[in-house]
Amino acid sequence: MQVSITVNGQQRTDEVEPRLLLAHYLREVRGLKATNIGCDTTSCGACTVIVDGLSVKSCTVLAVQTDGAQVTTLEGLAGPDGEMHPVQQAFREEHGLQCGFCTPGMVMAAVGLLADNPDPTDREVREGLEGNLCRCTGYHNIVRAVRAAAQAGPAAGQVPQAQEVDA
Amino acid sequence: MIPSQFDYVRVQSVDEAVAALTEHGEDAKLLAGGHSLLPIMKLRLAVPSVLIDISGIRDLSYVRVEGDEVAVGAGTRHHELERDAVAAAEVPILPYVAAQVGDPQVRHRGTIGGTVAHSDPASDLPTALLALGGTVVVQGPGGRREIPIPEFWLGFFETALEPDELIVEVRVPRTGTAGWAYEKFTRRANDWPIVAVAAVEGRVALANMAGSVVRATATEEALARGASIEEAAALADQGTSPGADMHADQEYRRHLARLLTRRALQRVAGGAAAAA
Repeated sequence: MQVSITVNGQQRTDEVEPRLLLAHYLREVRGLKATNIGCDTTSCGACTVIVDGLSVKSCTVLAVQTDGAQVTTLEGLAGPDGEMHPVQQAFREEHGLQCGFCTPGMVMAAVGLLADNPDPTDREVREGLEGNLCRCTGYHNIVRAVRAAAQAGPAAGQVPQAQEVDA
Repeated sequence: MIPSQFDYVRVQSVDEAVAALTEHGEDAKLLAGGHSLLPIMKLRLAVPSVLIDISGIRDLSYVRVEGDEVAVGAGTRHHELERDAVAAAEVPILPYVAAQVGDPQVRHRGTIGGTVAHSDPASDLPTALLALGGTVVVQGPGGRREIPIPEFWLGFFETALEPDELIVEVRVPRTGTAGWAYEKFTRRANDWPIVAVAAVEGRVALANMAGSVVRATATEEALARGASIEEAAALADQGTSPGADMHADQEYRRHLARLLTRRALQRVAGGAAAAA
């Protein structure tokens, strides 16, 4: 069936099977491979993206369910000039990643969390990221990175809109 | 994992949903948040030939007071219920328990109608609803009917819902400042409960102690005849039939049911500020 999905500001119409998962749509149809598929069972959060302002696990959403929606992946966070999003910057500065596999989902979940709660406590960060697993167990630095991003200002919770990344 | 092939139908109203269910019969499944259905479709435990997407029905998402009851639209997502001011004031156990479901991403998608229809014995919100009592409002080709909550869940993945009906609303009594508690025992932060206990005044419901969520009737009867919390909670596992898995054997689940019931009843007795 035909779907029209805006990903990182770029709207496109594609013919997809109803059973195509959003994660596969993003990776295989749109060619955006930052979104990782980890557990494929709604547990690990590696495939987290933002749909209409809310974080979701794209392995458990059908592409057809996002027809007409705005989807943001990790690729959509950096500015047109390559300037990193405050959450990306904070993950870099605070060493919020080790192997990096969970990072795209962790960053997207963090952006979603900060959009909802711009200045979370350590506990709120941990609870807000409970749907994301880091098998390197690098949680301390991840929590530190999210809090550092919050300290950097309200932009940390901003999901770039179409016009900002459409360059 | 990829689900089997299916046809996808999007509907904009409850009437359209009922018409689609009538047309496609038992091979069709309703899709709301999809966070119970899609995982079992990926495992091929469910192989519907048609998915009817009801998430676009706008007027199914609300929480409002109607007389002595609070009406919750079936399409209300857990994250909406979690932060709903009306629910917090009128039936505070619901937003508290909604916040215990899965993780934020799951709560952004999952709906109360979906969790009620799915009938998983380990589900958080059905356990709270069973302790609250009330009704599930469903609509089919013949119109609407109300199913009392205690009669709704018949067993594992089995409900009183007919194949051509959908849930449109859940109605529960306004509890206001009455004491309540929800005690959930998990191994990890976003896990399903190994056992959970919901209590609203003297009504107690258990998760994961039988094929569906169940009331702790022996405990409730003991409380009604004036037994102490300790005596009543010691009966919490009577009449239950918990399963065994890698997380807990039956006897451990029975122990948890008694222990968590005691804690829940102590919180209820402590007053309305019962959340952990």
